[in-house]
Amino acid sequence: MRFLSKYRRHRFAGPLLLLAGLLFVGFGYTVAQAASEEAVLTSSDKATLIAEGKEIFARGCSSCHGLNAEGAGIAPSLIGVGAASVDFQVATGRMPMADMSQQAMRKEPVYNEEETAALAAYVASLAPGPASVTNEELAWERSGDTAEGGELFRNNCAMCHNLAGQGGALTQGKYAPTVMGVEPKHIYEAMITGPQAMPVFADTTITPEEKLSIIKWIKHAENEPALGGAALGRVGPVTEGLLAWTLGLGLLIGIAVWLTTKAR
Amino acid sequence: MSARERVAGNVANYVDERTGSAKWLKKTLTKVFPDHWSFMLGEIVLYSFIILLLSGTFLTFWFDPSMREVEYEGSYEPLSGLKMSAAYASTLHISFDVRGGLLMRQIHHWAALIFMAAMVAHLMRVFFTGAFRKPREFNWIIGVGLLTLGIVEGFLGYSLPDDLLSGTGIRIAEAIIQAIPVVGSYLAYFVFGGAFPGEMFIQRIYTVHILLIPGIFLALITAHLMLVWYQKHTQYPGPGRTEKNVVGYPLMPVYMAKAGGFFFIVFGVTAFLGAVASINPIWIYGPYTPGQIGAGSQPDWYMGWLDGLVRMAPPLETHAFGYTISWNILVPGLIIPGIIFTGMALYPFIESWMTGDKREHHLLDRPRNAPNRTALGAMSITFMLVTLINGGNDLLATHFDLSINQIMWFSRIGVFVLPPLAFVITKRICLSLQRADRELVLHGRETGRLVMLPHGEFIEVHEALSPERAYTLTQHEQPAAIAPVVEDENGVRNPKGAKAKLQARLSRAHSEQIAKPTAKDMLEIENHH
Repeated sequence: MRFLSKYRRHRFAGPLLLLAGLLFVGFGYTVAQAASEEAVLTSSDKATLIAEGKEIFARGCSSCHGLNAEGAGIAPSLIGVGAASVDFQVATGRMPMADMSQQAMRKEPVYNEEETAALAAYVASLAPGPASVTNEELAWERSGDTAEGGELFRNNCAMCHNLAGQGGALTQGKYAPTVMGVEPKHIYEAMITGPQAMPVFADTTITPEEKLSIIKWIKHAENEPALGGAALGRVGPVTEGLLAWTLGLGLLIGIAVWLTTKAR
Repeated sequence: MSARERVAGNVANYVDERTGSAKWLKKTLTKVFPDHWSFMLGEIVLYSFIILLLSGTFLTFWFDPSMREVEYEGSYEPLSGLKMSAAYASTLHISFDVRGGLLMRQIHHWAALIFMAAMVAHLMRVFFTGAFRKPREFNWIIGVGLLTLGIVEGFLGYSLPDDLLSGTGIRIAEAIIQAIPVVGSYLAYFVFGGAFPGEMFIQRIYTVHILLIPGIFLALITAHLMLVWYQKHTQYPGPGRTEKNVVGYPLMPVYMAKAGGFFFIVFGVTAFLGAVASINPIWIYGPYTPGQIGAGSQPDWYMGWLDGLVRMAPPLETHAFGYTISWNILVPGLIIPGIIFTGMALYPFIESWMTGDKREHHLLDRPRNAPNRTALGAMSITFMLVTLINGGNDLLATHFDLSINQIMWFSRIGVFVLPPLAFVITKRICLSLQRADRELVLHGRETGRLVMLPHGEFIEVHEALSPERAYTLTQHEQPAAIAPVVEDENGVRNPKGAKAKLQARLSRAHSEQIAKPTAKDMLEIENHH
């Protein structure tokens, strides 16, 4: 007790006490929140997850896809599309659609992870379809082969997604989006479900191992440092030509003007 | 005389006694060149060419122009173990395993882009200032030849690495060769030594790229420069400048220093680009296989207009006598470029015929004083820009959220509508500028100073132009149009009736001008004030 009474009026006592209090509250909050999250997950078994999903579906999706996901004039039936499709469309923000334009674009997702999982469970419960995957399930880093993946990408994907995976134009304003910065599970799900204009790459066409190789190549291309300097968007000769005319020739003409300026 | 001067004199004398070069050198070193930034565009082309020779030589030390299949074992891991041509593998080797190789490759490619860009800029300068007129028609034709060769040379160089992007370009080139009626398919077999891609084309285009075309280039550039030397450089109009003199600075020391320095600046800018900006990263594109293709495949910019023309062509084909004529490739790929380049080469003669002007011209036109020619130039540039835009239609679609079909229709219609529109607008702008010049000469420069006169009136003070400036603005000729000769004095109809009529019409269009101020106008103004 001597210690406390000796230092309780020390000039650092106040700030230290405040710091200790903040740390206590912070830790406590984090632990309590983690505990409550766990509680949500454990308390919702499959049936309740489906029920939850059905409720979200009725609120957010049924106006276009129909009350029982049977589809309507403006949106397709979701019976049999499977959890993978829901996970891809909802978790990348494509669904719900922002507007009825040429194709759904990637944006900030509207539903969080649990809501997406519930929706996926509901849609999967309607009829069997491709199951969703998680990033952890995909062992692309271990079992993929970058060189083979590149070859597969050039054979199957590059004609729409560009040689460097930067995306490309399709007809009537549709497009193949860039594959850079896409989560591995979403790349995988896109291949097995064929969203929008994309064809389905069934496991008989591209085996699951080959799909992992493609993901590995995409991740490599994404993380490869700019080897030759500024990448100029990696879209090839168009930006190169633009830079040659503007910076290259522009700089040289500027210097030519300077060289021929009369000394005053 | 100092000792140093004596030694220099002795050396000079020694050389002169054996080569007789003193007289020639004296004449050469004192040759006068006019000074203007736009006269240095051609220099950029020349220096880029030298850079291309030097960096290209470096690349040949390692490049293996062969389509022999090899397994890649170099240090770029994402391609290791893949089968590819030796050409592609050696380009990867240059890029990743040769010290400074990637930098040299990038310098070579940037220099090629700048080479072509500067050539087009130089062409525009020569065209818009009328520097192609007599006696420089041959040099103009040489220039058109250099431009054509430059496009071919650039395309071959772009194709050499045998990557997936350039292979796509070669495939299109093959399609264009095949589109030549009747002989096309035989020619394609001849060029590729069999069915596409065959095993020959890399070594063939390599020889053409590093030996044949550079050789022709050197010869044509020499002729080009010798003609400039012999005919003397043109100059912009101004006081003291006539058709019979050249006002400027002597080669030695002024232009030796300027040109020499400028060479290093061009080298510096090219090396800077090569060091900071990636160009043609073939390792991302992968090796060429005819079965693969990438979205957004583009040629280098100087081929972009050609690609754009092919992309906008409607799918038309005729089958006759067992042959297929692919109009959709033949027209945009061969006929239109043929018309454009032939028309460009013949333009000096066409203009001379239109205006009936057969005199020599060493003083340049200010573009506004030749409205018809300037408008023609603007029209051609607009045509090229529309086709170039369509050449990049896929990238424009993805990057600006547009529909590729809309861009295609925009260019299909625009390629017919926009160039004539550009012609009319440019011609009007030129005439308006002439009007502005006339105002300026007659009334002087608006100073923005307001003065109140004793009786309360406000006037803006106009400052008379300096005589030099007034001269520059009024020195140009305004030749009258050729009168159409329908029948001669004896009433005999002109046997060249229709042709003469056409000539007279074109001449009238060409001589449309705003009358420049005359001495009488000036006098009237003086009296008025």
